[in-house]
Amino acid sequence: MSLKGVAAAVGLGELAPARYTGEASILDLLSEVATEAIEDAGFKKSDIDGLVVHPIGGIPGFVPATVAEYLGLQPTFAELVDLGGATGAGMVWRAAAAIQAGMCTSCLCLTGTRRRGPFPGGSGKPAKSNEPGGRARARSITPKRDRSPQAEFDMPYGMLGANVGYAMLATRYTHEYGLTDIQRAKVAVDQRKNANANPRAIFYDQPLTTEDVLASEIICEPLHMLEIVMPSAGAAAVLVTSADRARDAKRPPAWLLGAGESVTHSSFAQAPGLDATGVGIAARSAFTQAGIKPSDVGLASLYDCYTIMVLLTLEEAGFCPRGEAGAFVESHDLTYAGNFPVNTHGGQLSFGQPGMAGGMSHVTEAIRQIQGRGGARQVPNLELAYAHGNGGIIAEQAGLVFGVER
Amino acid sequence: MSARLIPAPTELTQPYWDAAGRGELVIQFCPSCSQSTFPPRAHCPDCGSSDLKWQAVSGRGTIYSYTIAHRPPHPVFADQCPMAIAVVELEEGPRLISNIVDLELENVTVGMAVQVAFESIDDSDVVLPVFSPV
Repeated sequence: MSLKGVAAAVGLGELAPARYTGEASILDLLSEVATEAIEDAGFKKSDIDGLVVHPIGGIPGFVPATVAEYLGLQPTFAELVDLGGATGAGMVWRAAAAIQAGMCTSCLCLTGTRRRGPFPGGSGKPAKSNEPGGRARARSITPKRDRSPQAEFDMPYGMLGANVGYAMLATRYTHEYGLTDIQRAKVAVDQRKNANANPRAIFYDQPLTTEDVLASEIICEPLHMLEIVMPSAGAAAVLVTSADRARDAKRPPAWLLGAGESVTHSSFAQAPGLDATGVGIAARSAFTQAGIKPSDVGLASLYDCYTIMVLLTLEEAGFCPRGEAGAFVESHDLTYAGNFPVNTHGGQLSFGQPGMAGGMSHVTEAIRQIQGRGGARQVPNLELAYAHGNGGIIAEQAGLVFGVER
Repeated sequence: MSARLIPAPTELTQPYWDAAGRGELVIQFCPSCSQSTFPPRAHCPDCGSSDLKWQAVSGRGTIYSYTIAHRPPHPVFADQCPMAIAVVELEEGPRLISNIVDLELENVTVGMAVQVAFESIDDSDVVLPVFSPV
């Protein structure tokens, strides 16, 4: 059993990432991109019988039902995917699997996040009394609602958020294989060139140099601020439909040819070694299912919460030998016009990171490019694209292969 | 010591924190498959046994990886950055998150041999295992 050619992505809806989305509710944002994706495919809302969503802050439960009712849908397949940055990619293969199983025919995969702000201090949230801009000096607190082992055994040490974990990943990678600041910065700089050709990217009109990256503040050693995604808000929708219905779409189908997934740990302390990551497990599954080699792919759309993650994924997915990612990016042009295009939309580093829609942006860009509508940044003669999602601290992985031909 | 996010022990994890209060590092050991496990849980993740025993460990280990955090990962750490946050691999096998203390931060390295130490948390009765160079 395989998902190869069972379904195709035929419609996209995506908001340009913004720093803040004001008073619009998350349901409003999801509704906007859902409508756009349906129209983009030339489908009608009555065609939609599948819905995949993710956990949403402020909606404590019953999320698929809440979103379905808001959109006026009564799906026969309703799913919640909770894989962090791998959520978007994980949604798309689940939609295809549901189609294959006969549970639905046309499935909307919806992602998004809102940020109300800005509040005093520039935050997306009101300042708490103990935060910078707040009133009191730092004093110990007990995390209120989090009863995970990490809340008890990791957070007391400052191991929370993602910066600390990815910095440790970079430290370990550098220890095992060697990696320079300049090699990491190359990822950010090439991706910014891609964003400079994407009017919808949040950093579209801002060029970036290696010197800019290396001169930016070090947040967690060795990572500089400009190697780290900037939180933003937005939403993205992908409409996945059956092979039969794909022929009715007004866009050329982006065929799903292979998928893989892996979950290896939750706390970074429990992560497998760099030679046994879930990144490799998911990517190999996807390529095997598609019956292709990594070198057959013309676009790598790789989750890039941090520069180090692109480097690690390049080698774990098999685009270059293990331990050689630094040299690989130095010797390749990663732009849309280059000899190894990566994250042609700019990646989340330069397109923006609107929560789960940030992870989905790697999927939407792979689909867009396969459909031949990449505009100024279209990769010429593209036949196969790989999209990779990554959640937690390299904890959750999902990989997808899309192709022009079924 | 300093401000922290305070752990909230459960009935199952309380022995870990009680031991830290006595200046001991304990982890769970599974007599049926001879594996040590961390973080604490009700069943051995290797063989499924529910007969896990708390065992004092050497407290010696090496730094698997680390970072020096310059921006506080949470506002409670605002007064303490830069600080060294690390994954420590214990001699007995399990890895855990901790802080590296009592050294110049530029001297922290991957592979460095470290030994457990104990520090109390401000505004709390909890004692936290941390690590310092051997």
